[in-house]
Amino acid sequence: MKGRTCFYDVESLDGAMRICLKGEMDHHNAVGVRGEIDELIYRERPKKLLLNMSEIGFMDSSGLGFIMGRYALMEKLGGTLILENPNERIVKIFELAGLQRIVKVENVKEEKIK
Amino acid sequence: MTENRRNNKKSVCVNEMSLRLPSLSVNEGMARAAVAAFCAQLDPTASQLADVKCAVSEAVTNCTVHAYKDAVGIIYITVKLFDDGEARIIIRDKGCGIENVSVARQPLYTTDAEGERSGMGFTVMESFCDKVKVVSRWGKGTTVTLCKRLKRR
Repeated sequence: MKGRTCFYDVESLDGAMRICLKGEMDHHNAVGVRGEIDELIYRERPKKLLLNMSEIGFMDSSGLGFIMGRYALMEKLGGTLILENPNERIVKIFELAGLQRIVKVENVKEEKIK
Repeated sequence: MTENRRNNKKSVCVNEMSLRLPSLSVNEGMARAAVAAFCAQLDPTASQLADVKCAVSEAVTNCTVHAYKDAVGIIYITVKLFDDGEARIIIRDKGCGIENVSVARQPLYTTDAEGERSGMGFTVMESFCDKVKVVSRWGKGTTVTLCKRLKRR
């Protein structure tokens, strides 16, 4: 996809998959990234999907759609989604939609992530 | 240059820019970066600038996803900076228009559930700006005006 400004690293853990997102999560990037990530989820079938937001510099409401889409897929496959280390701007948008009541958020120490 | 009234004092437009972009999703990042770069001359805080970026991104995404749903059209962006520190960002399209603006502005409302839209675009604009004005004509297009005071007091 042209002009993508969102990238990710994948880390396979015991029964879990961590996806470290980097860059900008807007509509353009969400459309580009979601198919690839869904493919990974279908292939790996993790019990837990850890979406790590430490290195996301920008997110708008399209990022909410992206998170909710992955949340719905994990639910469908009998797993869970955990949002890791959202910055305060992400939390602000998250709370506008009331998603903190639905999606589990965790803050993990950076050393634990490779 | 235009003038506007606030508290019986006239504020004067001191700088202005216009930008026209085709409604390609790849331009969303360009649009918010360009507007933020222009607004930076009012010496805003990093947080205020991030608010502007996010609100512009929402409005421009609405143009690509909804206004010009089946074709590529032109998005017209104008930014006016006033001497009292207000930035006024006008984002206009000649797309399909919004049938009912007050319904569309409600949180979580979306016409495109399959496309993973959160329905939070207008809510984000409203919470990140001081004022959001939406004027739309069905079949003619939509104009969104975002007002935000940026100058440090």
